[in-house]
Amino acid sequence: MRKAWIEKMFSLIKDTLLSQVVTLWGVFKKLFVKADTVEYPDQQPYMFPRWRGRIILSRDPDGEERCVACNLCAVACPVDCIALQKGEMEDGRWYPEFFRINFSRCIMCGFCEEACPTNAIQLTPDFEMAEYVRQDMVWEKEDLLISGCGKYHDYNFYRVAGKQISGKDKGEALNEAKPVNVRSLMP
Amino acid sequence: MALEVGSGLTIGLILGTVIVFAAMLIWVERRLLSFWQERLGPNRVGPFGLLQVVADMIKIFTKEDWVPPFADRVSFVIAPAIIMTVILLSFAVIPFAPNIGVIESNIGVLFILAMASLGAYSVMLGGLSSDNKYALLGSLRAAAQMVSYEVFMGISLLGVVALSGSFNLRTIVEAQEGMWFVVPQFVGFVIFLIAGVAESHRLPFDIPEAEQEICAGYHTEYSGMKFGMFFVGEYLGLVLVSSLITVLFFGGWMGPGFLPPIVWFALKSGFFIAFFILLRAAIPRPRYDQLMSYGWLFLLPLSLINLLVTGAVILSN
Repeated sequence: MRKAWIEKMFSLIKDTLLSQVVTLWGVFKKLFVKADTVEYPDQQPYMFPRWRGRIILSRDPDGEERCVACNLCAVACPVDCIALQKGEMEDGRWYPEFFRINFSRCIMCGFCEEACPTNAIQLTPDFEMAEYVRQDMVWEKEDLLISGCGKYHDYNFYRVAGKQISGKDKGEALNEAKPVNVRSLMP
Repeated sequence: MALEVGSGLTIGLILGTVIVFAAMLIWVERRLLSFWQERLGPNRVGPFGLLQVVADMIKIFTKEDWVPPFADRVSFVIAPAIIMTVILLSFAVIPFAPNIGVIESNIGVLFILAMASLGAYSVMLGGLSSDNKYALLGSLRAAAQMVSYEVFMGISLLGVVALSGSFNLRTIVEAQEGMWFVVPQFVGFVIFLIAGVAESHRLPFDIPEAEQEICAGYHTEYSGMKFGMFFVGEYLGLVLVSSLITVLFFGGWMGPGFLPPIVWFALKSGFFIAFFILLRAAIPRPRYDQLMSYGWLFLLPLSLINLLVTGAVILSN
C-alpha cells in the first residue's frame, strides 16, 4: 500500500515536472534556430516559369493579336470569369471586340490556357495583383494584352491554319496541301 | 525631491515604468514567442518592431468601447478597473532597490496576498456582468482556480517569512544577504512559481480565458480600452509575480557591485518574465479537473510538508 503510494508519487513527479522541464528545454533551444519566415516584400521568392499566375493575352511574331475570339477559354473556365465578343476585320481575321477577365473570380486553374487553340491566352508567374477597389480586379483587353509572344515565340495561327484571309487563300498556309477539287474525277 | 522611498518622484517613476513596461511586454512576448516557434514576430513598425506597442495602443484606444445592452452596466465597467488598481497597488510594497519603493510596510507579504485575492473579484464580476455563457464559465473557472491556488501560494511563502522572521519585503531582501532563499526554500520557490502562473492566469494555466474552449472566457464581451485594461492587467500581473519571485527568493536588488541595485532587480525580474513567456510557448494547457486535483492533492500537501520541514529545521537550530 505504502510502496504503491510512493511509486505513484514518484511517477507523478516524473510526469508532471520532469517531462515539463524537457519540453521547456526543447523549446528554449529553438531560440538559436534560424527562423523559417521569408520576409516577403524585401525578399522575393523565385517564381517558377510555369507558375499559374496573372493571365495575359499574347501577340504573334508579326505583332498582331493572337486571340481569334473562339470562346473556348470562356467555355473552359470553371468560374465563368472570362467574357469576350467576337469581331471581324476587313481581311477576314477574327478578333475579340472586348476581352474581359474578372480576376476576383479567377482561380488560376489554367484551363483557359489549355483550351486556347492559338496560344493567345497564357498564365504568367506574376501573383501580385491585390487591389483596393473590387472593380479594379476586372481587367479589360488593353490591360491584358502584352507586346510580346509569351511562351511560344514563333507561332502564328493565321500562317499555319487553313482559315482564308485576304492575302492568303485556301491551301496557302504552311504545310497545307492544296484543297481537293471534289468535282474532278482525276485522282 | 530626491530618489528615496515614498517621495513623489519615486512613486511617479515606478508607476510610469511599470505601466510602460507592461505595455512593452506585449511586443516582448510576441517577439520571444515567435523566436521559440521559429518565426520572426512583429519587426516592421520602427526598429525591431518596437513601435508595435504604439500601434497597438492607438488601435485599442480608438476602438469602439461597447457595453452590451444585456450586461449589468455598473459592474461591467468596474471589473476591468479592479484588476489594474489591485495589481498597481501591489507594486506599492515591492522594494525595487535600497532607495526605490513606494511605502515601507511591515505587512508587505500579507498585503500582496490580499490584493491577489481581490483580483479574483475583477474576473468574477467581469464574467458575471457580461451575461454570456462563455464569460460565465470563464469566471466560474477563474474563481475556483484563483481561490484554490491562493491557498498554497500563501503557504509556500510562509517558509520565506519564517526564515527571515518578517512580513516586510525589504527585511526579507536584506535577510538574503548571505544566501538567496531559493536554496533553502527550493520547493517553496517551485510552488510559488506554479501558483504565480495560475494566479496571473497565464498559459499553461489560462483556463479562465481558454480561447479554444470558451472563446476568451470572462472578457468575451469586452472591447476597446476595457479589454485593454484586462490585457495590460495580465501583463502587470506577470511583472508583479516576476518581481515577487525576485524579491522573495532571488535576493531582490542584491548582486555584484559593478551594476546598480535597480539594474540587478530588473535583470532578475526580466529573466523570470522571459521564463513565463517560455512556459507559454512550450507547455500545453491542462484540463480543468486536472488543474484542480493537481493543486489540491499534490501542491497543497507538498507546500504543507515544506512548511513543516522548514519549521522543524528553524526550531532545531
